[in-house]
Amino acid sequence: MSAPSDNMPIPAPIIRSKPLVVRHLPYFIGAAILVVLAANMNFDGYVHNILLQATTFAIAVFGLSVVLGLCGQINLAQAAFFGLGAYAVGIGTTDLQVSFWLCLVGGCVISLLAGALLGMSTLRLGGHYLAMVTISFQQIVTLVMINAIWLTHGPDGVSNIKRPDLFQTSQSYLAFCVAMLAIVGYMVWHLSDTKLGRAMRAVRDNELAAGVNGIDVFRTKIYAFALCALLGGLAGGLFAGGFAYVSPDQFSFAESIVFLTMSLLGGVGSPVGSVIGTGLLILIPEWLRFLKSVPGLYLAIYGLFVILIIRFMPDGIWGFVADALTRWRAKIKAPPAVAALQLKPATIGGDIVLEVTGLSKHFGGLKAVDGVDIAVKRGGVHALIGPNGSGKTTTLNVLSGLYVATSGRIVLDGTDITHMPPHQRTASGLGRTFQNIRLFRSMTALENVEIGAERPGNTMVGKGDDALTERAMEALTFVGLGSRANELISSFSYGHQRLIEIARALASNPTLLLLDEPAAGLNSTEKLELHELLKRIAAQGLTILIIDHDMTLVSEAAQHITVLNFGRRIADGESMAVLRHPDVVSAYLGSE
Amino acid sequence: MDLALQLLFTGIGIGAVYALVALGFVLIFRATNVVNFAQGEFSMVAAYLMVVAVEAGLPYWAAFIVALLGMALLGVVFNLGVYYPLRHRSYLPVIIATIGASILLANSVLAIYGPQPQVLEGWFETPGIQVGPVYLDSQYLLIIGVTICLVIFNFWFFEKTLLGKKLQATSQDKEMASLLGISVSTMIMITFIYSAVLGGLAGILVAPVLFVSIQMGSTIALKAFAATIIGGFGDVAGAIIGGLALGLIETFGAAYISVPYKDGFAFLVLIAFLIFRPQGIFGERVAEKA
Repeated sequence: MSAPSDNMPIPAPIIRSKPLVVRHLPYFIGAAILVVLAANMNFDGYVHNILLQATTFAIAVFGLSVVLGLCGQINLAQAAFFGLGAYAVGIGTTDLQVSFWLCLVGGCVISLLAGALLGMSTLRLGGHYLAMVTISFQQIVTLVMINAIWLTHGPDGVSNIKRPDLFQTSQSYLAFCVAMLAIVGYMVWHLSDTKLGRAMRAVRDNELAAGVNGIDVFRTKIYAFALCALLGGLAGGLFAGGFAYVSPDQFSFAESIVFLTMSLLGGVGSPVGSVIGTGLLILIPEWLRFLKSVPGLYLAIYGLFVILIIRFMPDGIWGFVADALTRWRAKIKAPPAVAALQLKPATIGGDIVLEVTGLSKHFGGLKAVDGVDIAVKRGGVHALIGPNGSGKTTTLNVLSGLYVATSGRIVLDGTDITHMPPHQRTASGLGRTFQNIRLFRSMTALENVEIGAERPGNTMVGKGDDALTERAMEALTFVGLGSRANELISSFSYGHQRLIEIARALASNPTLLLLDEPAAGLNSTEKLELHELLKRIAAQGLTILIIDHDMTLVSEAAQHITVLNFGRRIADGESMAVLRHPDVVSAYLGSE
Repeated sequence: MDLALQLLFTGIGIGAVYALVALGFVLIFRATNVVNFAQGEFSMVAAYLMVVAVEAGLPYWAAFIVALLGMALLGVVFNLGVYYPLRHRSYLPVIIATIGASILLANSVLAIYGPQPQVLEGWFETPGIQVGPVYLDSQYLLIIGVTICLVIFNFWFFEKTLLGKKLQATSQDKEMASLLGISVSTMIMITFIYSAVLGGLAGILVAPVLFVSIQMGSTIALKAFAATIIGGFGDVAGAIIGGLALGLIETFGAAYISVPYKDGFAFLVLIAFLIFRPQGIFGERVAEKA
């Protein structure tokens, strides 16, 4: 099995073009061997039970590797979702006499819906809320399992749960569960390289940057959370069929903590870690059975483990191993050369790409931006300048949707974007960079730029992963970093990180590029390079709105300047004329 | 009507306990930007310390002091063992570590003391007094009295003393505070000690009303957290109002709607607030800063 880790270099595009199924053939052969083994080995009852428990638990822990590992959101109710699936199969196949398959699917749907609803109520808020709300949900589910005796049989639990006719023997049922584990594991492993998986990782690394790169942050989080709940429900259904008996104490908050510990111990970032963690934490307690004679001791050690893992091994056992493997392997290969980047900004509206009228942003009594008009002409470089505190960055944040405008109207290429959230503005053709660089820090330069290229509505990218990689490579090569595409963000200098951010915006082929103080923190050589880059971008006809303090850069690069002071527009027009305007001079130098 | 008055009294009494624990949450959140999920276990551990000290033959007041000193020590150990090593990491690892600590504390007590709930005597000999139709339980009176005193103390401490102002400065801007010569790590240590003592005080006060059990910590913590959201997250006054409101909702809900699902009301109110008014009654910041 190859290593699905964040730290791994992306295979070069040439290797990529082989069909996935062929590349991953060894995985499927290995999985098939395991399934055949499980079906034919004659385990005694004790070993069989441990294997069945490990297999079903691992599927539930896969869920945590999606929500916590990929998307960075917490779920302390995985045992509740597991329980929903288990009770669906339990009650369904006994009291209701419904077929196992229908119950299994039903349990998955119930878990999925519960997860989606819970997510929708909480995921807009910070992570603390999610932690507490999932604990509350866990406790409600336990309360219902114990008290709704008419439905759940209360503390006695449900017994004589049926299995499907196809897998009546315990051998064949185990083989079936191992096959499910292999299939789900493959999907989770592959998820991180899909569009959704990249979006999840982007949200985990930097929500704000994910939003302005066209990712619907809220929806991505809900998908991750619902997917986690779905896997919990599936695992629970398989568990119920395997053990033929369920009771409320099997799905308590303590079990949710056990799932969390399994995920953290093995490595939250990858399904391989989930399997390792689950296997270890099911086997270790069996070896240390004597611990169970003292109530509480066993869970106390779990708690201690959680603290120690977080402190000393944040990426878990597999994270540690994968990291060592990466370092041990040969130097990162440089990707092959690609064609030159093409920028073809959309042209729907008229001569004016961005028309801002009467824009205001008030924070309580403070009028940070007060009735500002800006008209950015197509194909030019337009600068927005002003002294500190004049409202430049606030204006940019209102334009990209991070702040909601108090009043006024923003029209981008004929579309009114005033009331859109950031990701929809990006879809409409807005690209931006940040003054304080916001890259996805656990990813490579190439992966960062790929997320930009994946902008909804980007017409410059063909179908498929290869086209995406190609576009991202073109953008990186355009800013001069193509040869280092597969390196992690942390290995780049500050100036180069800024260039990667610009490449990320360029790959999305925006209609208008907003640059927030791109020269800040750069040395004089880097500033010259930046100036050259801006010229090359403008030469392809992309419209740029730039904010900067560097007057040399602004006066040389921009044909048109708007000046703000105290949130109001004090001058607007052709560059040289504006810079000589008496109000502008007095705003910068003070009046006599 | 008589029942309603009686419930009003009981609800305020229980609400006062939630308010004290909620205050502990808020103080740590303001100082460290992290929710301490072991806050409820502070109450549970303190109640057990109290039981142990009383059984060892100490007079009630001495046992009280011993238990609170024990909590101060726990606050120090907690900060050094759980929060401090992770202070430069994002909030998620810290949350998970405090959850680990909460599991560790609850189950260590279980391993040492066994699963049987313990009984702690109240502070007073007289169980209570009858005022018209309402029976005023003396322990509830004590809880309400202590809460009022603590609210006044908090106000005086944070607004009028230099130490209180240093703590406030730390919670608002750590970098600036350290540039002004305030030792940020000392201030955070003080916050943890104070929160542990506050949580412990709530546990000791409520112990004679409830049973002293392993689960009391997580039950109280969940409701106290709901109280902070209802009041407005991060707001001291909000925590107190939210705590009282939740105590009332729960007491009336149990009397008029359903007893077995009593613990579920907090969750339902919490969800309702998250959907319709996530900023709470007092409307402090809710989402992470842009």
